[in-house]
Amino acid sequence: MATLSTARAVAPSIRNAFAAHRINAIDVGIWMVAIGAYFVVPTYLSLGTTVLIMILFTLSLDLAVGYGGIDTLGQGAFYGVGGYAAAFWALNVTSEPISGLVAGALVAALLGIVTGPIILRTRGLTLIMITLAITSMLEEFAVTAKSITGGDDGLTGYHIDPIFGMFHFDIYFRTAYFYALAVLAVAFVVARIVVNSPFGLTIRGIRENPVRMRLLGVPIRNRLIGLFTLSGAMAGVAGALTAQVTGLIGVDTLTFLVSGNALISLILGGFGRLYGAFLGAALFYIFSDRAAAINPFHWYLGLGVLLILAVRFMPNGLIGLGEQFQLFRERKQGRGLDRGAS
Amino acid sequence: MSEHNANQPALEITGLYKNFGALKVTQDINLTLQPGVRHALIGPNGAGKTTLVNQITGVLKPDAGTIRLFGTDITNATPEKRVALGVVRTFQIISLFLRLTVAENIGLAIAAAQSLDAKPWGSLRDDDRVVDAVRALLERLDLLGVAERKVRELGYGQRRLVEIALALALKPKVLLLDEPAAGVSSHDLGMLLEILNRLPSDIAVLVIEHDMSLVFRFAERITVLVGGALLVEGSVDEVRADQRVRDVYLGRRAYV
Repeated sequence: MATLSTARAVAPSIRNAFAAHRINAIDVGIWMVAIGAYFVVPTYLSLGTTVLIMILFTLSLDLAVGYGGIDTLGQGAFYGVGGYAAAFWALNVTSEPISGLVAGALVAALLGIVTGPIILRTRGLTLIMITLAITSMLEEFAVTAKSITGGDDGLTGYHIDPIFGMFHFDIYFRTAYFYALAVLAVAFVVARIVVNSPFGLTIRGIRENPVRMRLLGVPIRNRLIGLFTLSGAMAGVAGALTAQVTGLIGVDTLTFLVSGNALISLILGGFGRLYGAFLGAALFYIFSDRAAAINPFHWYLGLGVLLILAVRFMPNGLIGLGEQFQLFRERKQGRGLDRGAS
Repeated sequence: MSEHNANQPALEITGLYKNFGALKVTQDINLTLQPGVRHALIGPNGAGKTTLVNQITGVLKPDAGTIRLFGTDITNATPEKRVALGVVRTFQIISLFLRLTVAENIGLAIAAAQSLDAKPWGSLRDDDRVVDAVRALLERLDLLGVAERKVRELGYGQRRLVEIALALALKPKVLLLDEPAAGVSSHDLGMLLEILNRLPSDIAVLVIEHDMSLVFRFAERITVLVGGALLVEGSVDEVRADQRVRDVYLGRRAYV
């Protein structure tokens, strides 16, 4: 019996040894909560829409930082540029929303292709400084180039058509909520396909050991630029969504704060697992909203305490906490013995 | 294998010279590896072993001489080109992907060799050719049981085997093993030797090693380098019996 079961266990283990995102209980939970929220707390759909968009934005950051090891602090640049592109599109080209998202994605992707070769030449602190600098330059540009960006006032006064000509945007954010949810779902599917692919594995290999990856004959800079561009396009879509559902895009989208908040969300949720973005961004924005409601003056204190506790007690984020718990249970049942031993 | 001319040596080095300024690190080295040979390169520190390996892999360019792979002159080929042609090395300092599983490490190398590394859809786990190739390699190196483990959970001996598997994944015709026993415990040395003896018989293997017990049990032929020049080349017994080798190398080690 014993030999039989080992023989059977060995056969599929090669396949299982390749990490893969599969539909599981976490997915069911996440999407049920997201859809359920619409019915349970219909008066909070504005906050809900913000949370969904920020999950999308944090997801884009997870691709770059969590999977590619690109420690960028300039993800906000893509977000802001995508938002401005969508607003500009609505003002000057067409009010149709889907094409506006595409415009935001393409302009952000273009930014990725142009800045990627410069940024990805570096690593670590240098990379952080360059990404910060590029975001600041774009912010300055947005303030200065009034004819394109509206300067300090930002772009506003544009109208967004109903989605597919059917679903009108309403002041209760009902349409906006499902719009953001649908876009997030599509982006999540794309992200999952990419991280499961040979390209996704290559990216993780570059994160682990770029020198060795090059010795295997892989042009690592090109692969990183590809990832950076995809991540940027996704962040651009998040910015475009914001511009469309709020009817306003301002210089504040190009500040360091936007990038910083997404990074904090990812620290709370956990890097390199996709789900970390969902849990982290939801926790960050809902907590911020509640803390600000309770004490509008000192709510940042609550956020600070949350962050300290998170770093102290769950260094791998919420998603890591779940994995630790699972490992603990397996060990208790004696199943994960050999895995736990090392 | 069909493109091989049966009469051609796998690797043929003739009249190789390399100087670093006034330092003569490679002096008139001639070395021939037949397909399938198990050849060892030994010599005291500073004998020029690593410099020679670097010239074979293309990291350093020789001042004079030629390097041929199955008759084809590769003296001026880039390192990447040589890897593609089948000259592959392992590293003395193990360099792996620590937070990936053993199977993923090997899969990465196979994907790179098959130019799958830019494919943004599908998965290696669903690619039967890749999965079978990974399984075959892990089986050969006794790593099947740890396929799902992350490399950082493995001991040093097993990491050395993953390093060798990564090299084999690139389908070498000439495999250079740079100090495979370095850092491996004496306990694991027997296992390592047993696995080295199971390397595919058509690959020419050149092992650079300090551990004499491994060299004498693994190699058929031994080349001894001293001061950048070739001192002796011969079978294991010939080299063991050679008085000059005893003087410069083995004798000194015995007193350490």
